[in-house]
Amino acid sequence: MTTAHRIGATDFATPSDTEIEATRVVDAPRELVFDCWTKAEHVTKWMLGPEGWTMPVCEIDLRPGGSWHFKWSRADGCEMEMQGTYEEISPPERLVSTERWDGDWPETVNTVVFTELDGQTLVTSTMRYPSKEARDAALGTGMKDGMDMSFARLDAYLA
Amino acid sequence: MTTDTLSLTFSALADPTRRAILARLAQGAATVKELSAPFAMSGPAVSKHLRVLERAGLIARGREAQWRPCRLEAAPLEEVAEWAEHYRRFWDASYERLDDYVRQLQKENDDDDRP
Repeated sequence: MTTAHRIGATDFATPSDTEIEATRVVDAPRELVFDCWTKAEHVTKWMLGPEGWTMPVCEIDLRPGGSWHFKWSRADGCEMEMQGTYEEISPPERLVSTERWDGDWPETVNTVVFTELDGQTLVTSTMRYPSKEARDAALGTGMKDGMDMSFARLDAYLA
Repeated sequence: MTTDTLSLTFSALADPTRRAILARLAQGAATVKELSAPFAMSGPAVSKHLRVLERAGLIARGREAQWRPCRLEAAPLEEVAEWAEHYRRFWDASYERLDDYVRQLQKENDDDDRP
């Protein structure tokens, strides 16, 4: 990896036809960062998205084939839910799990790699869709070429 | 946006023919016959795709004429782009919180280690 990563910035990329990748450097040893991803007591403190959300359900059965279930809620009653199955757990380096939402969303396979960088940790989180079509649909990019509409925000996303 | 609306949009977009139809409609309204022309596909087969797109709210069909021209509805597509934006915002905000959280955890550890 040649990209220089900065603390405090998340980089987003599409490394292949079927993937979306987010990378971030966290200023902590990777054992701790791995725990932050895999222990409910930690996950509920930070994996909350924008201000205003809490995570009333955070179930983690951390073993291959074990399931996970996260549910977020906001004061106005709005809720979000997703779940999946752990496929590979190699602390403190690597975590592979499936992820699905309600409805017809395709299931993704998410791989999180924790790389030690002299006391800091590079977190590379990759979502793999079952096909390019599914990935592009998620990004809205399948439409981009033929369409006379503004995808400025999406371009920013892919930049 | 509710998950249901988004998943309906999503499954409608998952098919390459339907995306091609939308790309064509982005250039202007068209009839079923016009939409069928570039595809090796019968009118009824194209109509079936149009029904899926219409149900997902991605196109609207005119009532004013027998040939019922189809036109693109942009809002659901913008919602899909919004999902991508949402994903980005979600991780940006979460990671910012993680930065603070690991700092706090490490500080507590240091304090515990102190004699």
